[in-house]
Amino acid sequence: MSYFTRRTLIKGGTAAAAAGALTGPALLDWAKAWAQNAPWKPEKGAKLSMLRWKYFVQSEDDAFVKLIAAFSKATGVPVDISRESYEDVQPKASVAANTGTGPDMFWGLYSLPHLFPQKCVDVTDVADYLGKKYGGWVESAVTYGKSGNKWIAIPVCYSGNMINYRIEASKKAGFSKFPDKSDAFLEYAKAMKKNNTPGGFALGHASGDGNGWVHWCLWSQGGNAVDKNDKVIINSPETAKALEYAKALYAEMIPGVASWNDASNNKAFLAGEINWTDNGISIYVAAKKDPSKKQIAEDMDHAYWPIGPVGKPTELHLMYPVLAMTYTKYPQACKALMAFMLEADNFNPWIESAQGYLTHCLNAYDKNPIWTADPKNTVFGQAAKRSLTAGGLGSVGEKAATAIADFVILDMFANYCTGREDVKGSIAIAERQLKRIYR
Amino acid sequence: MAELAINDRGLSRQVTAWDRLKVDRNWLSFWFMLPAAAFLILFLAYPLGLGVWLSFTDARLGRDGIFVGLENYEFLWDDSTFWLSVFNTLLYTTVASTIKFAIGLYLALLLNENLPFKAIIRAVVLIPFIVPTVLSAIAFWWLFDPQFSIISWSLKKMHLISSNIDFLGDVWNARWSVIFANIWRGVPFVAITLLAGLQTVSPSLYEAATIDGATNWQRFRYITYPLLTPIIAVVMTFSVLFTFTDFQLIWVMTRGGPVNATHLMATFSYQRAIMSGYLGEGAAISTAMIPFLLAAILVSWFGLQRRKWQQGESND
Repeated sequence: MSYFTRRTLIKGGTAAAAAGALTGPALLDWAKAWAQNAPWKPEKGAKLSMLRWKYFVQSEDDAFVKLIAAFSKATGVPVDISRESYEDVQPKASVAANTGTGPDMFWGLYSLPHLFPQKCVDVTDVADYLGKKYGGWVESAVTYGKSGNKWIAIPVCYSGNMINYRIEASKKAGFSKFPDKSDAFLEYAKAMKKNNTPGGFALGHASGDGNGWVHWCLWSQGGNAVDKNDKVIINSPETAKALEYAKALYAEMIPGVASWNDASNNKAFLAGEINWTDNGISIYVAAKKDPSKKQIAEDMDHAYWPIGPVGKPTELHLMYPVLAMTYTKYPQACKALMAFMLEADNFNPWIESAQGYLTHCLNAYDKNPIWTADPKNTVFGQAAKRSLTAGGLGSVGEKAATAIADFVILDMFANYCTGREDVKGSIAIAERQLKRIYR
Repeated sequence: MAELAINDRGLSRQVTAWDRLKVDRNWLSFWFMLPAAAFLILFLAYPLGLGVWLSFTDARLGRDGIFVGLENYEFLWDDSTFWLSVFNTLLYTTVASTIKFAIGLYLALLLNENLPFKAIIRAVVLIPFIVPTVLSAIAFWWLFDPQFSIISWSLKKMHLISSNIDFLGDVWNARWSVIFANIWRGVPFVAITLLAGLQTVSPSLYEAATIDGATNWQRFRYITYPLLTPIIAVVMTFSVLFTFTDFQLIWVMTRGGPVNATHLMATFSYQRAIMSGYLGEGAAISTAMIPFLLAAILVSWFGLQRRKWQQGESND
């Protein structure tokens, strides 16, 4: 069994080399040893199929395929992987849960397992095993993974959504670093606009970036869609405050954000049209790869979301849990695969291959060199720890997922910012929709 | 012959009702229609019926619902976004169809003339219709991009405007932009179909009219137009149906935004039913489209039945 430490990873230097550290025979030997000692023995003749979200970076998928191949060789369990755009995994999983046929495992978005908790294999033993071995789960991951006292899914990773900004332009506007308080952020946006170096957040139906910033805005001012008993409390002075804040911010943004989708701010940032926005690490990765954008890569950095009057981080990052369906004939094989995926020897090279797009939920992986190899990656390493869960104070189930998918909060902000509705009107529309979803 | 055969066999055993049905002339047509009917019922009537039924339930994606009566419709009745989508759909359909008809007819008349390279020009006109909708939608999405629009760029270079036009971010700009894209895409269909109609008009009528001293306008008004009416009715019915149920253009370009200003009933239904999982409510929105569509079909159906439409003015 080969040993995989942080030192060998650092020696490897680049992500590719690190991923290469345990490939071929070494990885297979390790995998075989693991399979012999693992607490979960796959059933005889087991075959697995998994539907996962479609990768953002090819290297991540390559590493995942390698990992699965090692699992198959070591355990003799063939695994068939299919991929769907991340928004489409949920409907397919719902239908599978309802009809009792389909892939054994689903790897999808945040509240997926909570849409049908009674159809998910109890994986408490896997979660406990991994938690004990790797320094415990971050808080938000526990919320996503557990239903009652049972773990119904294994939280694999988050994809972080953080502030992206240009260093030079910010300095010119008088900010040597990105503001960490929401009031200062508003001042920053004003100064940036004045210098003709504005930024912007998506206010169109952008599932990732749009929902990311409006939820941050709502929560940072103390607003909430529902309380902890899922009672709708959107109609509050705090929500009104958040709307006012957003409108003030909107006035300082580049024109056109009301039509932006998830790709618009990437394009605009990479073209030098905007100087601050919210995004995953994709802008930075794209800028690094393209020689003509080298200057942007050097002149940009990432920051945490500013903290609002509530005094603590109020960020919303996307979680990707993996679950096994109760109809599977091979629950032990499913559990073995879940545990295998998150073992250090597999998980470390895999998370590195994702180049910072994905953030771990197990504390021990803070040490992964991807977060320190490039200081501009560091903030993404904290995404899991800083994330709140979909639904805010409320449950993470179907209702929260529906409210996000139907853009209830996003439309409330867009309605007010663009002047289509006044404060009361935009809150009333959202409240009516939320009451129906949460009835 | 058939009757004879029955009689022969009838001697040996009782003639059952089934035996009669098998060979009855009146029932024969029924048997022949059965495959087609089965096909239509299975793939048209059943999904339609299921959609209507779903709209009376609280079905969620992946889960059967229970009957809730008109609850979905009651909710939609007070839902401002729903009414906005109805308004958008009507505006989109009316404006786009009218302009498509005007430009299409004009193009058809032009193409019916004796032009050099007639065949090539006719083929070229079809291009917008041939390009997959999603591709052309993406092209328009770039054309109307708030930061990178070539239109804004050109106008800026010509010093006609000082800042980019917010095509898809402003409520009315966005509406006109998607309508424009729809017109661009829909004109070839109208033009080519009307052209086919024009070619069925006998040249001798025009010759006779010319001898009688009719002007160009008179020849159009009293020969072309009356003879073209049935085709126009069919083309415009289809055009209205396609426009009313448009989905791809909107979904790619705006996803219904900004602030739902371009949500059509079809995109809104998709968002509620598939994205948010409220199948019942989404089905109710789709079902609400049926009366509008039926009205469009009935207009052309009754129109086509009237001989006046087919044979000119006073022949009712």
